Amino acid sequence: MSVRRRPYETHTPAPCRNRMHPCPGTPTPAHSTVTETHVITTSGLTKVYRSRGREVTALDGVDLHVREGEVYGVIGQSGAGKSSLIRCVNLLERPTSGTVTVAGQDLTALAGRGPRAGRELRRARSRIGMVFQHFNLLSSRTVQDNVELPLEILGKSGKERSRKALELLDLVGLADKAKAYPAQLSGGQKQRVGIARALAGDPKVLLSDEATSALDPETTRSILQLLRDLNRQLGLTVLLITHEMDVVKSICDSAALMERGRIVESGTVSELLATPGSTLAAALFPVGGEATGADRTVLDVTFHGESATQPVVSQLARTYNIDISILGAAIDTVGGLQVGRMRIELPGRYEDNVVPIGFLREQGLQIDVVGQDAPLVKEGAK
Amino acid sequence: MTWSEMQPLLSDACSQTFTMVLWSTVIAVVAGLPLGILLVLTDRGGLLQNVLANKVIGQIVNVGRSMPFIILMVALMSFTRWVTGTTIGTTAAIVPLAIGGIPFFARLVETAVREVDQGLVEAVQSMGGNTWTIVRKVLVPEALPSLIASTTTTIIALIGYSAMAGTVGGGGLGDLAVRYGYQRFETELMWITVAILAVVISLIQFAGDFAARSLHRRGARSGPAPKLRLLKAKEPAAAEISKVA
Repeated sequence: MSVRRRPYETHTPAPCRNRMHPCPGTPTPAHSTVTETHVITTSGLTKVYRSRGREVTALDGVDLHVREGEVYGVIGQSGAGKSSLIRCVNLLERPTSGTVTVAGQDLTALAGRGPRAGRELRRARSRIGMVFQHFNLLSSRTVQDNVELPLEILGKSGKERSRKALELLDLVGLADKAKAYPAQLSGGQKQRVGIARALAGDPKVLLSDEATSALDPETTRSILQLLRDLNRQLGLTVLLITHEMDVVKSICDSAALMERGRIVESGTVSELLATPGSTLAAALFPVGGEATGADRTVLDVTFHGESATQPVVSQLARTYNIDISILGAAIDTVGGLQVGRMRIELPGRYEDNVVPIGFLREQGLQIDVVGQDAPLVKEGAK
Repeated sequence: MTWSEMQPLLSDACSQTFTMVLWSTVIAVVAGLPLGILLVLTDRGGLLQNVLANKVIGQIVNVGRSMPFIILMVALMSFTRWVTGTTIGTTAAIVPLAIGGIPFFARLVETAVREVDQGLVEAVQSMGGNTWTIVRKVLVPEALPSLIASTTTTIIALIGYSAMAGTVGGGGLGDLAVRYGYQRFETELMWITVAILAVVISLIQFAGDFAARSLHRRGARSGPAPKLRLLKAKEPAAAEISKVA
């Protein structure tokens, strides 16, 4: 497994990721688990539901590429097809056409005919972990027995099962709840059990079907943190679907936006940010604000990676002796990098500001002129 | 009629009712459980979807359930003779009771199993479990409280049916009440029979409810460990009830 640098690490050496605590000299090894190997690939994935003569296309030719070791978020509104997509990855849902490859194995070829899963497909599924929105824990079993269930299916001995289960419960921070029943746990604890259970078969891939959607914001953060830690510690590839932009923002390396059964945008977070007019980038970093007068130029400044550390706005003001208003800004840590967008207003028309804009572009920033040409960036969805 | 005259009649009748209900329940549960599960599995969208099989089983169950028991008993005479060698007596009465109990219990099982969260089935599928694993580790254990309640209902229904077993000489408490209480105007004996039946039915209902509730609330009360242990201790009792009664 070769560890490659991520694209944005290649243009500038020694990136300094933390504006608050600059780190001169030594770049910290960030998410070194991501490689260029695709561990989940879907191509031309289509799912059509037929009921009573009506056809509903849930997936319409979806091509998804998830690299090994990354956290990949698929975001979309309900009904966009993201749930069908994740359920097609382990073939809980049979795609109408197209292929699904997980860890080099073509699952669609294993499926066979009919709705029943053959032995080969079941074995492949046991190597893919899955966590659910509503946890799906057996109420008749204790926490430990729930975690042991996948191991029972794999035919492990009782001793091995309980050793592994306790180890996993320790990993998710629930060692003391082994003998409790799910009904005695809080939502966040239940999801931790769900995660421990999903990891029991030592999967390379974890599918997360809206795992945090039933949780409150604080619990959501702790569960996402856990997923992130597992991704780093175990090199686990995580494919998650969500309707919450915050989930993508806090843990995803890459993201895809789904609309009406299609993936309309996808890429690493910084690639998305660098794409002019990206809806995902706009939603991740919503900036608002209208021009205060007719004689004004409004710019969207996009920082990706290290340029966010430069005090560009004050440099601009000093160099050209102009007054700059900040209309809105959204700068955040995405996948451990400081990235974001800022909407600023310069006095004078566009024609008067060509030089300052050129200066900003020279600094390695991406500048979109708002209201110039086509409206490049849609308003943030947030 | 003095107590010393009634006493042997009553104890005979009690043991006959007990024998009939015990065996017919055992057969109804053993046969009705897989039938009820099959009804769920073969249904549209089920794990073993098979519309034809589902229709056929469903139809048999419907007919069996809606048939008045007394007619079923008479209609099954030749089958009873083939199984037990006779059409008269306690043993012979067990056959129609069991046949009547199977579809009754199967429908209750179907309802109970259908209530199991589909998400749990999916979770086990995602772990690579096959249909048999799902039945064994999800459907039956998760539906267990309802299944116990269903067994209770079946036992009580079979006690009711067994009163008609007198028509084929099966004996039992119902038969005693009819022959002595009604035909011979032994009102006292009739009331004693009624009282015994009332007590027995109440006890069974109470025990069944208690077992189902303890299983259902497993862990729901975030009480201390001793409480849990108490509930755990009752689990075998629940199993016993379904076996014995």
